[in-house]
Amino acid sequence: MINPLPPQFIFLLGGLLIPLFRGWVRTAFMLFLPVLAFYNYLLLEEGTYWTATILGFDLILGRVDGLSLIFLNVFIVITFIGIIYNSHVRGRMEHFSAFLYSGSALGVILAGDLITFFVFWELLTVGASFLLLVRKTARSLGAAVRYTLVHVLGGLVLLAGILLHIHQTGSTGFGQIGLNGLPGYLIFFGFGLNCAWPFLHSWLTATYPESTAGGIVFMATFTTKTANYALLRGFPGEPSLIWIGTAMATFPIFYAVIENDLRKVLAYSLINQVGFMVVGIGIGTGLAMNGSAAHVYSDILFKALLFMAVGAVLYRTGKTKATELGGLFRSMPFTGVCCIIGAASISAFPLFSGFASKSIIMSAAAEGHLTVIWLLLLFASAGVFHHAGIKIPFFAFFSHDSGIRVKEAPWNMRIAMGLAALACIAIGTFPHQTIYPLLPFEAPVYQPYTFSHVMAQSLLLIFSALAFTLLLLSGIYPSEIRSVNIDSDWLYRRGGAFFYRIFDRSLNGINAMAHKTVVAGLTGALARFAAAGPARLANFLLSGYWALTGKTAQQRDHLRTAVMINLEKGALPVGLAALVAVVVLGVLFFI
Amino acid sequence: MSDASHRPKAAKIVIKLLFAACVTGFLIDFLFLSSRFDKHAVFEWENWPGFYAVFGFVACVALVLVAKYVLRPLVMRDEDYYD
Repeated sequence: MINPLPPQFIFLLGGLLIPLFRGWVRTAFMLFLPVLAFYNYLLLEEGTYWTATILGFDLILGRVDGLSLIFLNVFIVITFIGIIYNSHVRGRMEHFSAFLYSGSALGVILAGDLITFFVFWELLTVGASFLLLVRKTARSLGAAVRYTLVHVLGGLVLLAGILLHIHQTGSTGFGQIGLNGLPGYLIFFGFGLNCAWPFLHSWLTATYPESTAGGIVFMATFTTKTANYALLRGFPGEPSLIWIGTAMATFPIFYAVIENDLRKVLAYSLINQVGFMVVGIGIGTGLAMNGSAAHVYSDILFKALLFMAVGAVLYRTGKTKATELGGLFRSMPFTGVCCIIGAASISAFPLFSGFASKSIIMSAAAEGHLTVIWLLLLFASAGVFHHAGIKIPFFAFFSHDSGIRVKEAPWNMRIAMGLAALACIAIGTFPHQTIYPLLPFEAPVYQPYTFSHVMAQSLLLIFSALAFTLLLLSGIYPSEIRSVNIDSDWLYRRGGAFFYRIFDRSLNGINAMAHKTVVAGLTGALARFAAAGPARLANFLLSGYWALTGKTAQQRDHLRTAVMINLEKGALPVGLAALVAVVVLGVLFFI
Repeated sequence: MSDASHRPKAAKIVIKLLFAACVTGFLIDFLFLSSRFDKHAVFEWENWPGFYAVFGFVACVALVLVAKYVLRPLVMRDEDYYD
């Protein structure tokens, strides 16, 4: 038997070698890495690989079971597609960052203990920040800084939770954690921040649209999906996740309807889809969690496909705003068709991937008799078609003709989009031959293709399309406006500036006052006192003695001047100083 | 401006196809009503004819109206708000 190599190190170390190659050799090398990783993935069997003991802690770099295998599979597949899509990029930094990012994600998935998990979890942030920085615009720089700050905060909370958890349980193992006690809540929050929970989500919508055309393929995949993995592993069946997930599935669609930047629309719909997965984790039955895992797989592919299509538009036109685009289908028909396939998949049209995966979560919610949740998720399903399924292709490729005439996307982008599109159709049409065998939890085999289910979903979607059409024709549909819609990132973008001003005024005021009184005032006074004080004291004491010994006023003035000069310069005879010291010590002794 | 007569031919065809699909879908839902009862619908309303059609339509209209008339006035700012 061949010993498999750790896939995460194939990416991390392979990424370091990228600068050694140029041109097509580099592309070939970069494509070889995911192929090699996938080959080693195929060699893995359930069990434990690559362990080490450092400082008395057992580190497990390869915990392999059904749950880690399905995530490994899709992460390696999307890295392969992303590399193809991005292979025209010359900058080495972008490729290196992509491998750092995806290698860290594989490390998180394979980590069997919380220490290894945390190290790779933090590396994810580093990789993602680098990927944002390579765009080299002022906005992407700002986005990278905000991204890093938010995730460092989340990382610190997670670290505190992990340390307390290890202290409490005496074990570094990463299994079910559960919400019992402070450590559980801290870890829960740390996972939730990366998972883009409501109010913790705006790092995602504010930063992803600032990344490069290809970088966003990786960004849309790794951070939120590793968080899904962590929740599946640590908090399966945690009931609060049902409501958190439902909130995630519903509120972003309102934002998506009025958002102008198409990549930001997709970022909101990313949260919406992750919401479905979180609901599945919260329900916690085998069927529900299989639904979450299946939806992770299909979501990574269709979301990447949509981001790649809009990215190709960005690459060719330099624009991503609905107000500036439109009528591109004649120029970029292949990209347009891929975008429509991605849109059909995210909307869960029968024969497309979302249908095979999202339905499992819906069925699990129905089986659990979660009536309100089910109705809200159904609303979110209709809404996602509305804002992502129709809006993205419509405003980019159809709508009014923007007059932009460009070339079709480069061949490498077309290959990548074509592969992702094929995968979306294959998963949707043949789920039993593609993703269902990979599902990790015990549950009866799910049958998405029943007459009533296909009918129900089709009716839901075509009548959503009817609503869109009628609203558009009647002029009620909100026209796209160049604007910014404030979200919870306001707290640290404008609110941050507000706090900055308050603290600037108050703390700097205190500082100035302290300078005036202490540095300029008190210190000077002390220095003057230290120099002249003893002399004045000595004069004060001696003037009485001089008066008693019958010195004339003139003599006293003369003596006073001499004492002042001697004491201020410290030029007293040594004997006299010693005598004073002895007297002082004697007084102290008797007191 | 939104008048259908100004729209290109292809768009008109798409709109007609959509209307046709809606009517057909709705009819099939009624005609095969009986076949739905043997499927294990969990909620009662899943068996109501046209439930999904009406839900999809109403949900989307509500979504757009709330987004346009409630959310947008609350959150929309100039494009350079943060700059």
